[in-house]
Amino acid sequence: MSQNQNLFNKVWDLHSVGTLQSGQTQLFIGQHLIHEVTSPQAFEMLRERQLTVLHPERTLATVDHIIPTQNQARPFLDVLAEDMMSAIEKNCREFGIELLDLDDKRQGIVHVVGPELGLTQPGLTMACGDSHTSTHGAFGAIAFGIGTSQVAYVMATQTLAMMRPKVRKIEVNGELAPGVFAKDVTLYIIQKLGVQGGVGYAYEYAGTTFDSMSMEERMTVCNMAIEGGARCGYINPDQTTVDYLRGRPLCPQGAEFDRAAEWWLSLASGPDAEFDDVVVFDAADIEPTVTWGITPAQSLGVSQLIPSVASYDASEHTLIREALQYMGLDEGQSIEGTKIDVAFVGSCTNSRISDLREAAAIARGRHVADGVKALVVPGSQQVAKQAEEEGLDKIFTEAGFQWRAAGCSMCLAMNPDKLQGREVCASSSNRNFKGRQGSPTGRTLLMSPAMVVAAAISGSVTDVRKMLEPALV
Amino acid sequence: MQNVETVSGTGIPLLLDDIDTDRIIPARFLRCVTFDGIGEHAFEDDRQQDPNHPFNQARFQNSGILVSGRNFGCGSSREHAPQSLMRWGIKAVVAESFAEIFFGNCTALGIPAVCASREGITRLGAVIDADPTLELTLDLNALTLRYGEESVAVTMPDSARSALTTGLWDSLAQLLARKEDIAATAARLPYLNNYAAS
Repeated sequence: MSQNQNLFNKVWDLHSVGTLQSGQTQLFIGQHLIHEVTSPQAFEMLRERQLTVLHPERTLATVDHIIPTQNQARPFLDVLAEDMMSAIEKNCREFGIELLDLDDKRQGIVHVVGPELGLTQPGLTMACGDSHTSTHGAFGAIAFGIGTSQVAYVMATQTLAMMRPKVRKIEVNGELAPGVFAKDVTLYIIQKLGVQGGVGYAYEYAGTTFDSMSMEERMTVCNMAIEGGARCGYINPDQTTVDYLRGRPLCPQGAEFDRAAEWWLSLASGPDAEFDDVVVFDAADIEPTVTWGITPAQSLGVSQLIPSVASYDASEHTLIREALQYMGLDEGQSIEGTKIDVAFVGSCTNSRISDLREAAAIARGRHVADGVKALVVPGSQQVAKQAEEEGLDKIFTEAGFQWRAAGCSMCLAMNPDKLQGREVCASSSNRNFKGRQGSPTGRTLLMSPAMVVAAAISGSVTDVRKMLEPALV
Repeated sequence: MQNVETVSGTGIPLLLDDIDTDRIIPARFLRCVTFDGIGEHAFEDDRQQDPNHPFNQARFQNSGILVSGRNFGCGSSREHAPQSLMRWGIKAVVAESFAEIFFGNCTALGIPAVCASREGITRLGAVIDADPTLELTLDLNALTLRYGEESVAVTMPDSARSALTTGLWDSLAQLLARKEDIAATAARLPYLNNYAAS
């Protein structure tokens, strides 16, 4: 491997099966993940064409999007959701794919489960019929969200047809201030580069800020690469990656693990690695960040005022006005103090144990404001178990939060957890699109889990730095 | 597969930027195991809130070519989005730019998704609005969108264009054809070979 190759190109070249007539690369997919929403039509396509799954052992299935987080008795009350459950159970049985079903203690959100089981590893190419597959890039895997036809292609051939994207290095250096989290970093990058700034690119996140992050923080960052328009995002594997993976059930063990770790570390982009573009940010410029609009780039630091329409390029004015009107906010208004109705801690962006610890640290000894409905939805059954062992569930319920079962829940509201009418939700999820959280007119403010808890407690958007223990400030 | 070289039809303008896939097909309509019937829910929530939404207007009901703004189809990877547009009647999308997963999903369904300049998009929006019966022809060989005596230049990556014009847009057959190369690739991957030193 050439010294000046970045990780993305090393992994891409290794997995290249050949070049198709269209000029696209046929790319081998090392690990495929599926869930109940985007797979049923793909299995149907295999049946219609009388195809089998080439490597059933390289696909793992879980159920997450439509899972109720309260009453999980089967059949589900939602007949359509029950149909989808039955479909994935039948399809996995018939095609020989392992399914982490509801009665499996490893079940959870696909992008939480893969890493925690040690299935997600450096140097893999990964695919899943879900745009937030970019999450797995935190390990130095190249992970793509794909559509349902492509899910069928991967099942039938273990490959995809893709054009090689360019690679942009996004360097962030320096220490994050107390109260500033990985979520704020990823929202800040999207705000600066825009929701389509990443189109045509894979994002490499590099620099001392990411170097000192835990694996879970890195997952939060890579999770939202897609919100910046990038095809995928990744962070080079290092000792933090190796330490996280050691001993996980689906990782190699013993001497094989040591050989694996050596290979993983060799994949990292070296100091002379070349990139198609490089941008550099300073961690000191990032404060707790909140979205005010209807795209993830429409965000600001919590101490700032909502920008004026005139401050945007003329081509943006229609969109900015549409966003302000939908959200019921005014230019020049402070985002802090915006009243909320619902608070949601969860989603593949922020539902891991460290997210829940950060949220619980703010919730401890406080109480949710009157009139605010607050939910904590762990990312997996294992996360839920760990949180319960640490007593976090008690901290949340004593503070007035509902402690629910694992799933995607109110991130996209395909289950019964939905906003009503024009409710405003402080949410640790990844999308603030119109209607995203289940009510066609519902409104979403994206922020870190700690900021969600701060908002739940005060009943309005609040700078979480005011609620930190004095010793931390 | 059928070659997709030209697509003709009347237009429907939706000149907004950053139209996401949740807007194209809200998540509650993803509760299904087939794509049947999904076309009637295209833009459902936007249509409920805006009686004048182009997808509500009688004059655009038979349109086949959707014209939109920057970053069309951003957000989720749900193939339900292009499936719902296709089943509503859309045969081609012209936008200032596209989100990549959406673009790939369109190509896999044989729906050309081509880019035009903002000026071109604005011009198309105005001529369609003035005459919704105007026939437009997207020509993937000439890379133009023609109407009457005029045309707007469009662009598309060569890979997608050749896949469509040669009828190879469903890449499954090509991917299946290389069984030996797939096996050879698997044979050299360290993680499929116990990380043995190569």
